[in-house]
Amino acid sequence: MLTPVLILFMACALAPLVHRATGRRAGVFLALVPGLLFAHFARLLEPVASGQAYGESLEWLPGLGIRLAFRLDGLSLLFALLVTGIGALVLVYGGGYLKGDPRLPRFYSAMLFFMAAMLGLVLADDAIALFVFWELTSVSSYLLIGFDHEQEKARKAALQALFVTGAGGLALLAGLLLLGEVAGTLQLSALGAQSGAIQAHALYFPALLLVLLGAFTKSAQFPFHFWLPGAMAAPSPVSAYLHSATMVKAGIYLLARLNPALGGTDAWHYLVILAGTATLVTGAVLAYGQTDLKRLLAFTTLSALGTLTVLVGISTELSARAAMVFLLVHALYKAALFLGVGAIDHEAGTRDVRLLGGLARAMPLTAFAVVASALSMAGLPPFFGFVAKELFYEAKQEAPRAGDLLVVASFVGSSLVAAAAGLVAWRPFFGRDRGTTKHAHEAPPALWLGPVLLAGLGVALGLLPDLLAVPLVQPAASAMRGEHTDVVLRPWAGMSPAFVQSLLMLALGGVLYAAHDRALLRLEPLRRLAAWGPDRAYQGLMAGIVALAKTQTRVLQNGVLGWYLLVTIGTTVALGGYALATRVRPVPIGLEPVTLGEAAVALAMVAGAVAVVRAQSLLVAVAALGVVGYGVAVVFLLFGGPDLALTQFAIETLSVLLFVLVLRRLPRLRVLSPRSERIRDGVMAGAGGVFVAALVLAATAAPHPTPLRDYFGAASLALANGRNVVNVILVDFRGFDTLGEITVLAVAALGVVALLRLRASAGGRGEAL
Amino acid sequence: MDSPILRSGTRFLVPLMLLFSLFLLVRGHNEPGGGFVGGLVAATAIALVLLSEGLGEARRLLRVDPLALVAAGLLVALASGIPPLLRGWPYMTGLWLKVPLPVVGKVGSPVIFDVGVYLVVLGIVLAILFALAEEEP
Repeated sequence: MLTPVLILFMACALAPLVHRATGRRAGVFLALVPGLLFAHFARLLEPVASGQAYGESLEWLPGLGIRLAFRLDGLSLLFALLVTGIGALVLVYGGGYLKGDPRLPRFYSAMLFFMAAMLGLVLADDAIALFVFWELTSVSSYLLIGFDHEQEKARKAALQALFVTGAGGLALLAGLLLLGEVAGTLQLSALGAQSGAIQAHALYFPALLLVLLGAFTKSAQFPFHFWLPGAMAAPSPVSAYLHSATMVKAGIYLLARLNPALGGTDAWHYLVILAGTATLVTGAVLAYGQTDLKRLLAFTTLSALGTLTVLVGISTELSARAAMVFLLVHALYKAALFLGVGAIDHEAGTRDVRLLGGLARAMPLTAFAVVASALSMAGLPPFFGFVAKELFYEAKQEAPRAGDLLVVASFVGSSLVAAAAGLVAWRPFFGRDRGTTKHAHEAPPALWLGPVLLAGLGVALGLLPDLLAVPLVQPAASAMRGEHTDVVLRPWAGMSPAFVQSLLMLALGGVLYAAHDRALLRLEPLRRLAAWGPDRAYQGLMAGIVALAKTQTRVLQNGVLGWYLLVTIGTTVALGGYALATRVRPVPIGLEPVTLGEAAVALAMVAGAVAVVRAQSLLVAVAALGVVGYGVAVVFLLFGGPDLALTQFAIETLSVLLFVLVLRRLPRLRVLSPRSERIRDGVMAGAGGVFVAALVLAATAAPHPTPLRDYFGAASLALANGRNVVNVILVDFRGFDTLGEITVLAVAALGVVALLRLRASAGGRGEAL
Repeated sequence: MDSPILRSGTRFLVPLMLLFSLFLLVRGHNEPGGGFVGGLVAATAIALVLLSEGLGEARRLLRVDPLALVAAGLLVALASGIPPLLRGWPYMTGLWLKVPLPVVGKVGSPVIFDVGVYLVVLGIVLAILFALAEEEP
């Protein structure tokens, strides 16, 4: 199971090369990768349907009990098929949509990166592995949403999505770790068997809350729904992929995956069903108020995600069935709609429903795809959406909590969505041609292939659900329930109460559709109210963080170098001094007799320090400081640290050279600070000296010498072939630390060079970067 | 800085210092020395040229951009840990030649790592010094 994920990551790395080699056909070539993976997964349908699951597990962090474990069961398989299948179509589409765009290689790479992360997420069987892939989807979706990075709107939307889902990701990590603690295992497929113990545990509720926080932010559930509409700043193929089958469904996947372990309790029912219901209604109301087709679709996606959450929350046999059917149908019609609307935008130059009309003759194939998908979204027979809607109506009768609220909310919600679907299906294609800016004609094959295929699939599944949909849905529903679940689907279940509700819903939807123009005006105040929603809270929080950062920068880093020193030394003395005073017991210090040489060096250093303070010219100060530095080196030499002494000498020499280069550019030494400040600085400097002296004394007087010295002394030659213990520690025993340190040094040097050159070019001197 | 004394002194000192820096680097595993100090000494040698002969001469002597040295050093240090992976051992496990080479002594992957440190330190110091010298009016 690791191989498919790795193949996608490799394709991501190679995509720019493929683009260079194959040019305009790169989208098709790259689509072969997820396409073949789709075929591979499709071949596993039959064994998985008969109850088989494929596992694979590699050591990862054995010390922490974390494995790179993968498992393919019905639920994973359904998602894997959607991720690879729709992924392939979207790559083909993207190649046509962004034809000639220089950013196309980046699009392919980011898309495949996301695909790999998403596939890993749905295949992972270890909580930590799942979390890592979860975060990778957040990172890659940041790149995709911010694809038009030159537009501020896109950057902001990408950042908002990253912050919201990233914060949720942290909560999820905490929740998963709690869950692992309670269950004693991080293996997801082993959690279900422990559900009794987990749900009886005192940590169950906090763990549930944290996991739900992760799932709700990812799947844009109320009140975290606000990032999703903003994410529409992404190009159409990205929206089609992220918001139909993948990114936002990750939260739903997680809920379904953990349903056997966490589901079925009162807390689960209340939290999940209420959040889902709120999202369902919010999304539907906001969708109805839109005129931009893409934003309209985004809000209907919210509504659909709410529906899915509700169904997972009910967690009965019927609702599991309904959830998986709805998941499949939504992925198909929503991807087709986003892609179709993208094609309309591409060909007609606008997505505004008020400006479009009469495109059916010019764009018959796109029209077929969009109309068929929109009718599926509205829940009209004979489309697959109708089957899903019937199941939803039946399943919600079983809601153990908040049932009445749900019945009303879902009825209103689906009516509004049906009206919105009407807008998408009818307005752009029929009625009067309103003469859009561009002369519209049928999109190229790359742009209609995906939508037509997906829409066609929706029709086929609607006509023959038992034959085509059951093999997909039944294993998924079984996996979600943690036990075998029979699924029977019929194109039409007869005159049931659910069917009556469907008819009423469609009638109300029709009325709402007819009243849309008038309703838009009425909805204006509502939209102003929505501006005060959670998005406002997010903006406020961000502004607060920035203000806090600015304030503390003003206080701590005010641009005066002396102040920086004061802050740094003061903090060190305060914290270190506190620890020294409270943690270290005073011990008698046995001072050994001082030799003449040592005394002479010490005196020279003291004299040097005094000279630095009293110096009237910079050159004298630098020279005097050099005396102190060389004195330190001599001390190292005297006390048997030739390595340190050598380094200290070299550093001192280089510092003098540095000073010589800088000196000429500095102003003459002058006393600028008032007496009080100089006294304060003197006191702080003295405190720093006393602190370091005390620290050294405390360290050398420690009663138990650490065993490290003896160990390294003995092991240096035996294990690492070197007699110079200091060097052996640096390059061998702690070589990894050194690697990190030289990397930090290199980065710091880059910063210094960049700043110096920046100054040079800003001052009009020297060369620019 | 135009000083005949500094210039003629530099001419004698620089080759010796560069040689000494390599000596420090190679001997570092057994005697005082190592990549860090070696890099500093080499940088000091080039810095002397910079002071006495100017930036152009110093750059000519170094031949490559100091930041390229930094990158090369990081790469060497990073790569020195890879060979043990091929044998299934942890990254950066020390590998040593059985037979000591003449002059240099025993050679192993930690010594190569130290070469990386040497290059990084040399490159960093010179990058900063050159940038400062460039800024001179």
